[in-house]
Amino acid sequence: MSRLLMRTLFAFCCAAAFSAHAQLTIEIIGGGATTIPIAIVPFAGESNYPLGVSGIVGADLSRSGLFRLVDPGGVVPRPARAEDVRYGDWTGRGADAVVIGSMTALPDGRAEVRFTLLDAVKQAQLASFSYVVPPAQFRATAHRIADVIYEKLTGDVGVFSTRIAYVAKQGTRYELLVADADGYNPQSIVTSKEPLLSPEWSPDGTRIAYVSMENRKPVVYVQSLTTGTRQLVANFRGSNSAPSWSPDGSKLAVTLSKDGSSQIYLIGADGSNVQRLSTSAGIDTEATFSPDGRSILFTSDRGGSPQIYRLTLGGGAVERMTYDGNYNVSPRFLPDGKGFVFVRRDSGRLNVALQDFATRQVQILTQGSLDESPSVAPNGKLILYASEVGGRGILAAVSSDGRVKQRLTATASDVREPAWGPLQK
Amino acid sequence: MNKTLIGVLAALALAACSTTPKQEGGAPVDERTPGATPGAATSGAQTGSVAGANQGAGQTNPLKDPRNILSKRSVYFDFDAYAIKDDYRSLLEAHGKYLQANRNAHMTVEGNTDERGSREYNIALGQRRADAAKRMMMLSGATEAQIDTVSFGKEKPKNPGHDESAWAENRRDDIGYRGD
Repeated sequence: MSRLLMRTLFAFCCAAAFSAHAQLTIEIIGGGATTIPIAIVPFAGESNYPLGVSGIVGADLSRSGLFRLVDPGGVVPRPARAEDVRYGDWTGRGADAVVIGSMTALPDGRAEVRFTLLDAVKQAQLASFSYVVPPAQFRATAHRIADVIYEKLTGDVGVFSTRIAYVAKQGTRYELLVADADGYNPQSIVTSKEPLLSPEWSPDGTRIAYVSMENRKPVVYVQSLTTGTRQLVANFRGSNSAPSWSPDGSKLAVTLSKDGSSQIYLIGADGSNVQRLSTSAGIDTEATFSPDGRSILFTSDRGGSPQIYRLTLGGGAVERMTYDGNYNVSPRFLPDGKGFVFVRRDSGRLNVALQDFATRQVQILTQGSLDESPSVAPNGKLILYASEVGGRGILAAVSSDGRVKQRLTATASDVREPAWGPLQK
Repeated sequence: MNKTLIGVLAALALAACSTTPKQEGGAPVDERTPGATPGAATSGAQTGSVAGANQGAGQTNPLKDPRNILSKRSVYFDFDAYAIKDDYRSLLEAHGKYLQANRNAHMTVEGNTDERGSREYNIALGQRRADAAKRMMMLSGATEAQIDTVSFGKEKPKNPGHDESAWAENRRDDIGYRGD
């Protein structure tokens, strides 16, 4: 309860600058191999509120590509409590699971939102929770409910309550935004007439590191989402870019060219204690920390073409990870540390691929022509990336098995540089 | 005769016109209106206040003189490459010698790439291109402290197109002197 309250308080404190033009619309292009048929019954009492809850839960689950919504229309009376459910009503419609719930107004203006998830086949209750929230938190509550349902029915953690960051470009105006994972509540973090890129969430979700060219060169900033204040972290001679947080949030790996070529350095999140990590005569950049913080993946052209390497921290060896093709860049670890996503170029096309550390097997996940900047959801199941359709920048998401595809577009803006935020603590 | 010389001759031939000199085939050596410089608001005006320019009163500033190779400020690169092509050696040598003769002069080289590939890798690639030009100018007498290098990667394309001619134009270093 307090976790939910903290999270939503935080989300709405930040909602100062709403940018309607950059709101993302999500379109589902492909679904999973198997989908779970689920009936979501409109919650009793929710018609008293302009923004209900059950519709948002259904939209979340449907968008994941792993669920198929079964129409609850015609079941009278609509059940709102587990004891009112006649399972035959739902198995007869092909539903394997049923969600019921209610919204009850409280004297102080808040509402009690209750929901119950039932297995229609086994005729068993899988989850039941209640939340007391003000109307401003109804969306967040719906995402929370969708997370519970997703986890109970798929076995994986849900990411509907997470947030994403991205850059929108409209004309010569760049804007770094943070939005809910479903594209709602976009909040402007920074605007600039010069390029903004490479946003990266701190592991606790309270700060974002990014690169700004507002001083006519790339410089790394860290900005607090709670206070809005920002700190200049790396502004050395030459270019400063590619920030990546250490898992404990105390340091960043950055690419600096101050010593003659682009190399990877470790720097305190406050800009202190610069320490060189990589040593090559060529380009080393795009560092990303392993989930355990013991190694980094990065891009280097030390072998003649840009390829992905792994460096074990603390003076360890450097190992080349990619061999197939002559352009493999932008690595990002999967959250379980068992593999990584990256961008590979093949026959002039740039696509997001996934490589397993143990088998070294590579799976190409996307089919665009200019796919870039992959960012992995904190449950490892979806990869958000930047793509292009008709000369316009869009965001897209693909499941880690390549089956589920979503497209996220913003009217009148090019969107790019997505970064998926961490799970809400 | 190399392409740079052709470009210079073309510039000379067209100096009286207001048209932009173009070079036939390949990347343009410098497709700007003569006198224009990267980052400068307008072209043509003689400021007479270029830092360290050892020129007499009333003498033309060699950095702004369209007949002088020093007014050429762009170096173009092959795809995914950061080697300085032969076409641009004389241009960079001229700037290196100018910096040697004008120790108070200071420049920034801005590296750029075409739109293909990783934004961050392209920042590093553009940086490498700027550093390659810096090294060549240092071989011609410039000091390390006289040249800053930065990269915009693919973020600030000069040509917004999506074809090879646009890409060729965007794979580029731009030289800007302090006080330009």
